Amino acid sequence: MSIKAENIKYIYSEGTPFRTVALDNISIEVKEGDFLGIIGHTGSGKSTLIQLFNGLEKPTEGKIIVDEITVGEDKKLLSKVRQTVGLVFQYPEYQLFEETVAKDVAFGPMNLKLPQDEIDKRVRESLELVGFNFNKIKDASPFDLSGGQKRRVAIAGVLAMKPNYLVLDEPTAGLDPAGRNDLFEKIKTLHKKANVTVILVSHSMEDIAKLVNRVIVLYKGKIHMEGTPKEIYSQAEELREIGLGVPQVAEIVNELRSRGFNIRTDILTVEEAKEEILKEVRKRNV
Amino acid sequence: MLRTKICPYSIRTVYENKYMGAYMIENIIKIENVKYKYEKESNDYALNGISLEIKQGEFTAIIGHNGSGKSTLAKLINSILLPTEGKIYVKGMDTSDDSKLWDIRQAAGMVFQNPDNQLVATIVEEDIAFGPENQGVEPSEIRKRVDDALNTVGMYEYRKRPPHMLSGGQKQRIAIAGILALNSDCIVLDEPTAMLDPSGRREVMDTLKKLNKAGKTILLITHYMDEAVQADRVVIIDKGGIKLDGTPKEVFRNIDEIKKFGLDVPQVTELAQELVKEGINIPTDIIDVKELVDLLCQ
Repeated sequence: MSIKAENIKYIYSEGTPFRTVALDNISIEVKEGDFLGIIGHTGSGKSTLIQLFNGLEKPTEGKIIVDEITVGEDKKLLSKVRQTVGLVFQYPEYQLFEETVAKDVAFGPMNLKLPQDEIDKRVRESLELVGFNFNKIKDASPFDLSGGQKRRVAIAGVLAMKPNYLVLDEPTAGLDPAGRNDLFEKIKTLHKKANVTVILVSHSMEDIAKLVNRVIVLYKGKIHMEGTPKEIYSQAEELREIGLGVPQVAEIVNELRSRGFNIRTDILTVEEAKEEILKEVRKRNV
Repeated sequence: MLRTKICPYSIRTVYENKYMGAYMIENIIKIENVKYKYEKESNDYALNGISLEIKQGEFTAIIGHNGSGKSTLAKLINSILLPTEGKIYVKGMDTSDDSKLWDIRQAAGMVFQNPDNQLVATIVEEDIAFGPENQGVEPSEIRKRVDDALNTVGMYEYRKRPPHMLSGGQKQRIAIAGILALNSDCIVLDEPTAMLDPSGRREVMDTLKKLNKAGKTILLITHYMDEAVQADRVVIIDKGGIKLDGTPKEVFRNIDEIKKFGLDVPQVTELAQELVKEGINIPTDIIDVKELVDLLCQ
């Protein structure tokens, strides 16, 4: 089971002066159990790509295959695709609309015409998965919650559809560091415990480095780099050239190397950097 | 450095030399024991007795987690909200004085988080002209101000574009240009880069630094520590009160305390302090990558 993109091309505003090739010859496969990060600056095609994944947009050329279903081939299967690939947009809290948190999360499963006890079960499970105490939160108005809490309710709404794949577009934009760390902990738990495949779109390099096991870098609609976070971040210069930053630690390591420090390139955390620097400094002082 | 500035109210000479003493700079914003609560009945104060003075020409970063009261503070300075207790003066004007409302907003212009919420016109240059037009400025003067503002933020070549075709960083630079066209002395920005990618964030920060060099007072509210270290002064707000206030070096060396407020510290500062614990002889207040690398390579 996987999401497969085969030779995807996507062109906006074809036939007008604003014609833009948003995606150009993209082929990737997201396998079940993956934790994939997609990075790229604004306009690199990230959001377009994930909208193709659940059939919100149709590729100009190429095919998207979600769990053996070719997206768009049979219109009747589109709702199945959208249930399989849960998409959490940027600022999802703006989409909350119900009177209570429980009703809001129930909205999706209700539209699937599930029996009431199944709906109740899913609402409870989803809210607990994102770290809420169900009984405490269920009757609260979504509008009385903090920004981070609202966002978790919105994610619970997508989880209640029981997606196999969860796609998150900039899930922590606008949250403070504590809210950000908290939400990432919840996403990590989801990936581990609920066995959901996660695709995370972000331009926060620190976050991507901490979480995912594979990174795709998009640049001008093409896959520019692909690999583990360590492989990607050891190429700081290249990332900077295409308008992306690297975690500050990677910057320090790169700078030290260019000044003749004999130190590994694939360092992502302060802890690792400390160990490596100490080794080298002590060697020099002997 | 001697610089003459012409303001609508007075002609003033500012001796500005941040690093060599000789201050003759007045406080452009003065906050005196301000308390604020959103609901009359409640005892929950969003701001609980804040006093802060911002000097003309200063670049101040205000950081704090969500709900710490930093956006409330910005809205109070701009007279969008009025203090429950205490006083705020912008260029000597009391923000609760109704007759001064437009002068206050002209003196301290505000840029908000979402670039799409603050552009009103369908063409970039019309958007920038919107403010001065409403002030009844002469058309020829408006033309000049709009062109100057666009050049300052590096967006002149985009003047005929519709704003929705611009990137987030470009939109925020247009919002900043809109304030420049009002001849504001002070720019208050509430998380202007929260929705931007790294290159957009860099564009906005570079623009702010350039404006600050040219004499504008900048008050930047942000979640990003790498932006805060570029300011002259960092103020940390937590639970409605000021917890730390000083230069970036003075503030960020307090790693444990800052983490307790739910905030990050720059990784370079954290790494430096870890190395100090291991007996490496370097200062504990390093905030710059180059500084650390220089010290280690000695």
